[in-house]
Amino acid sequence: MTQLILEQALNGLQFGLMLFLLAAGLTLVFGIMDMINLSHGSLYMGGAYLGAAAAQAAGSFLVGLLAAMLGMAVVGAALETLLLRRLYARDHLAQVLATFALILIANETVRMIWGPQPLPLNPPAALAGPVELFGFSYPAYRLLIIGVGLAVAAFLYLLVARTRAGMWVRAGAANREMAEALGVDVRRLFTGIFALGAALCAAAGVLLGPLLAVQVGMGENILILAFVVIVIGGIGSIRGALVGSLLVGVVDTLGRALLPTLLRAVASPEVAGHLGPALASITIYLLMAAVLFFRPQGLFPARA
Amino acid sequence: MNKKKTIAALLAAATLAAPAAFAADAVKVGFVSTLSGPAAGLGVDIRDGFQLALKHLGGKLGNLPAEVIVADDQQNPNTAKQVTERLLKKDKVDFMTGIVFSNILLTVAKPVLDSRTFLISANAGPSQLAGEDCNPYFFNVAWQNDNVAEAIGKWASDEGMKTVISVAPNYPGGKDAVSGFKRFYKGKMADEMYTKLGQLDYAAELAQLRAAKPDAVYFFLPGGMGINFVKQFVAAGLSKDIRLITSGFSADEDVIGAVGEPMLGLFNSSHWAHDMDNAANRKFVADFEKEYKRLPSLYASQGYDAAMLMDAAVRQVKGKLDDKAAVRKALEAAQFASVRGKFKFNVNHYPVQDYYLRLVRKDEKGRITNKLMGTIFTNHADAYVGQCKMPK
Repeated sequence: MTQLILEQALNGLQFGLMLFLLAAGLTLVFGIMDMINLSHGSLYMGGAYLGAAAAQAAGSFLVGLLAAMLGMAVVGAALETLLLRRLYARDHLAQVLATFALILIANETVRMIWGPQPLPLNPPAALAGPVELFGFSYPAYRLLIIGVGLAVAAFLYLLVARTRAGMWVRAGAANREMAEALGVDVRRLFTGIFALGAALCAAAGVLLGPLLAVQVGMGENILILAFVVIVIGGIGSIRGALVGSLLVGVVDTLGRALLPTLLRAVASPEVAGHLGPALASITIYLLMAAVLFFRPQGLFPARA
Repeated sequence: MNKKKTIAALLAAATLAAPAAFAADAVKVGFVSTLSGPAAGLGVDIRDGFQLALKHLGGKLGNLPAEVIVADDQQNPNTAKQVTERLLKKDKVDFMTGIVFSNILLTVAKPVLDSRTFLISANAGPSQLAGEDCNPYFFNVAWQNDNVAEAIGKWASDEGMKTVISVAPNYPGGKDAVSGFKRFYKGKMADEMYTKLGQLDYAAELAQLRAAKPDAVYFFLPGGMGINFVKQFVAAGLSKDIRLITSGFSADEDVIGAVGEPMLGLFNSSHWAHDMDNAANRKFVADFEKEYKRLPSLYASQGYDAAMLMDAAVRQVKGKLDDKAAVRKALEAAQFASVRGKFKFNVNHYPVQDYYLRLVRKDEKGRITNKLMGTIFTNHADAYVGQCKMPK
């Protein structure tokens, strides 16, 4: 049992850190620019496709990862300057409509370029097997994801907490008008944040590609979870995004493993088999509801 | 009184003959299948098998020019419903086929069958349509969902496996696959895991399997689900201690191509194998390889047989597709050379056929593929036929 919980905690950590890569960009865009960007998931999909194509062409997973991050940063910056910038002043409905249109455009574009079937993306051969860990085997590739996720989280923490650009970001999140009045070039800052968010999305897309599938529409499912994360963590807060991601990741994976087991103690295997997964999939929404009830601003509100 | 009877008889005769059936000048087939997303490989194989049969038939079904309208259901019941409505109302198709997933088939079955259009399933074989909801306009040319699972369940029992845990998606096809397995597996079913249909990350399930330590894991995860499951199972180091068993759905060319070496040594069950020795199959496999540069999967064989079944039926009614009763009879007769050898329909319009054991191994050319190992069931029918009251 302890081994099961330990393994599930690692799985939860791995899933949570990938959610964090998505949620970090989303929460900054939402928190600082007050912009609802539904097409954030499309950047994730675009990154995965770009990464898979580059990895195939170069024969190297690492090249694919870097190409995807760079490529999507450029796409993100272009998107921000050409289109999204015009939407900041509009209300949320206009933003939702425009970025929803972007999802459809992105999905069809990917379908046109790469076809309707998923692209193959394999982890580096050296990491395809298991490693021994605390007395049980754990997939090496998932450990890599945990490592990269932790490194990115540390990098973002240093960036936001210790650098001048990070100070601008925090100032922008806390009070945009005041930051502008103090001479922060908010336009350039926004473009930079958007490009960074897009690169993180791409990283998540490529890293999750071998575990999931590089396919059209892959961004929509995970986008919902990313929104749950930033609502739990508090909109605009990187720290909130990290804590929210880990909470969602751990609650989701632990719930999926433990709920059916617990249910079997009280119900027939048949009922437990059907009810367990259903209950497990609503646990994160229960978590969100509970957080919203007790702390409507999220756990770490940026505008405290 | 006598007069009345005569008139009644005349009227009856007139109604019987009423739809003065004329030979149609073309056959329209609506082909709705999953052609995008992780399960696209299945739909693509059914489609390619179907198209190859049409090519063998010179683009005709029963000597009539065939028009096949292909639509993608995106593995989404709502999308499937929309495209089906269009095929029924706008294109007025004579046959519907191609659907991969049971939940989608069950969604579109009602509008199709209510419009008295023949629905020839080349894959999904839900228990509902085999039992209580059996329908004169529905035919399954592949299998009933439980059947292939029953075969591997029987084999697992014969192999002496003591504890097995099943992993299957929570949808009608997944439930059939587990109940079929349990029907013939006599050992202990330690657990039944149901996952979301389309789930791709199995970390949580694999952790549970590691803790439970069964002799074997029976998984039914068609398409990309199975590909990811096997890859992650191996990556987690579970293949050392736990044996994998599966039906042919997760052990065919699509999964073998994506997973490769770890598939070697996997026993699985099927109603067909590419090395079955009969004339129709030799021609099918050789031409499929020539046309598409890959080996056909069981899905492709089912698509091929679906077209051949339609061809035989249209031929038998001499193109008079309006005479629904005659078309139904012709379909029931199933006078076609199936690539799986002998083939016949039960009263519920599901096949009575043999099921085989296959093993994934390297063939003479060094390719990883299935080899036919033996027969598990002969003339095997499904368990639901007793509940079917097929209207005459």
